[in-house]
Amino acid sequence: MSTPAGVIGEFKDVNVIMTAAQKINEAGYRKWDIHTPYPVHGLDKAMGIKRSIITYISFLGLCGGLSTALGLQWWTGAVDYKLNIGGKGLFDWQFSIPIDFELSILGTAIMTVIGLFGLCQLPTWYNRYQNDESFKKATDDTFVVTIDSDDDRFSAEQTATFLKGLGAQNVHTVTA
Amino acid sequence: MKVQEQAPIREPLVLGNPSLHDITARIASIVESKISMKYLMTVGFTGALAAWGLFALYYTITTGIGVWGLNNPVGWGWDITNFVFWIGIGHAGTLISAILFLFRQKWRTAINRSAEAMTIFAVICALTMVLSHTGRPWLFYWLLPYPNQMNMWVNFRSPLAWDVFAVNTYFTVSALFWFVGLIPDLATLRNYVKSDLAKKIYGFLSLGWTGSTRHWHHYEIAYMILAGISTPLVLSVHSVVSFDFTVGIMPGWHTTIFPPYFVAGAIFSGFAMVMTLLVIAREVLDLKQFITLKHFDNMNKIMLATGMMVGYAYGMEFFIAWYSGNPYESWVFMNRLFGDYAWAYWTMVTCNVVSPQIFWFKKARRNVPLMFVISIFINIGMWFERFTIIATSLHHDFLPASWGYYSPTWVEISIFIGTFGVFLTLFLLFSKFVPVIAIAEVKGIMPGAQPSHHHDHEHGHASHAAVTEGAH
Repeated sequence: MSTPAGVIGEFKDVNVIMTAAQKINEAGYRKWDIHTPYPVHGLDKAMGIKRSIITYISFLGLCGGLSTALGLQWWTGAVDYKLNIGGKGLFDWQFSIPIDFELSILGTAIMTVIGLFGLCQLPTWYNRYQNDESFKKATDDTFVVTIDSDDDRFSAEQTATFLKGLGAQNVHTVTA
Repeated sequence: MKVQEQAPIREPLVLGNPSLHDITARIASIVESKISMKYLMTVGFTGALAAWGLFALYYTITTGIGVWGLNNPVGWGWDITNFVFWIGIGHAGTLISAILFLFRQKWRTAINRSAEAMTIFAVICALTMVLSHTGRPWLFYWLLPYPNQMNMWVNFRSPLAWDVFAVNTYFTVSALFWFVGLIPDLATLRNYVKSDLAKKIYGFLSLGWTGSTRHWHHYEIAYMILAGISTPLVLSVHSVVSFDFTVGIMPGWHTTIFPPYFVAGAIFSGFAMVMTLLVIAREVLDLKQFITLKHFDNMNKIMLATGMMVGYAYGMEFFIAWYSGNPYESWVFMNRLFGDYAWAYWTMVTCNVVSPQIFWFKKARRNVPLMFVISIFINIGMWFERFTIIATSLHHDFLPASWGYYSPTWVEISIFIGTFGVFLTLFLLFSKFVPVIAIAEVKGIMPGAQPSHHHDHEHGHASHAAVTEGAH
């Protein structure tokens, strides 16, 4: 016997999906998503998604890059091998700026991408809906709502009726 | 009396009002279509150029840098000229992808993907030039601070050490930015292409992207951060490149105007190269729907502006050389104008300052063959700018006894041609196998793609206009 993985429904109109997102969230569903071909402004808010923590991860990257740069230039030139160049100070923040700047940027960029991959769990080369034809349209021209079967409020029939009521087309249950 | 200024109706960014599916199908069809004989022949030609350059590089590395035309006063020649040239080319890509993104310039969506690709390929060419210029490129790691048995570290006061960090950071960040931008479009291709192998490859590269709004939420912030840090990065990289000159005490190099002057020149030359490539790509790949005359118009305006900045810098250099009262400085600049390399200097001025002036006219900004020609002029002019800066300051140095003249040998010329071969080959491969237009971004700027509060806003304007017109 096949168990349902979730219910899927297609939307074509961006305004309808905005209201639908709000209503699904208000109905108390938690394990659900909307797959869109491009980022829709405000849809994340309508779904009740909390602000991403990725900015903090990026900031960590910046701190890491900056402290690496400062530490490297200070330790190598003023501690490990004292390098006297024209009688100038062994370490001065002024000359360190270009490398401080570049490594801060590099650290931020790397941590931003690592953070993005971590938060989105990329790469994941599997999705429970991956063989569904409706689901594949999400990268083309359709807003695809998926409500997972492990959501507490999930019930194959009621959830499907609920989605149809919101204006979804081609609503169907996907089996794993 | 009420005089209401009405915003003119904007030109559409995508012509023909295609549906979202049309956009997918149009871009994916480039990837899906059979490889034509013409394409193979073009790749064969550029590949041959690349191979010839690589042979010259091999000859240089196995024999030594003596095979180049460098001599005692002129220790930097085509190698560093090409390095600065290629790094500069890359800058327009970052400008388009990052700075125009932050300024919410929606027209960038049609051209950012190819411009970013160009950045990466140009930086590869630039890295090839500096590495071969070191003479013993297999010891490249000597440039990096690593613990070694000699207990020595690099000198962090040296602009050359800064350059290593700047260029490598630039390459890494550009590549990350480009790849992150590509993920959603690769997923689109994964779901669109028919062949199994292509599905597997695009599936692997798209990392399992599903277009989830929960992911888009992180993605948009991440993309914004990458754009935000790339903006100061692009300004810093060419500033650091200019430090390679300014921190030296050569007359003609030791000037404070160099960082902004180099950055403006880099953006200028980069836009020229984007223009050259896009005029061809738009024709060959039939992208007139996405890359419109409006895009070209905007790019020509940026070229006109940056060209004037460069022209201003040329003038200001001369003013300061005179105003400084330093006879050596003044002499070097008079030597640029009338000396052995005067031909290079005047080529530069004609190409960079005179030729873009035609873009004051809207007709010229929308004339595709004309802008193609001008963009090639600018490419040439910007190459000569770097050559002039390097050669004129070096060939007559502090000791008149050692004054000389520098011309390249066939090896340097071949390597330069080879970098064009590598650049064009990579660009051709990119334009065939990777979505050349940022599909998701273009979809997002289509009319009606975003929720209705935008519409209400526009409606408000429209009805308002109707009311005021009624009042008149």
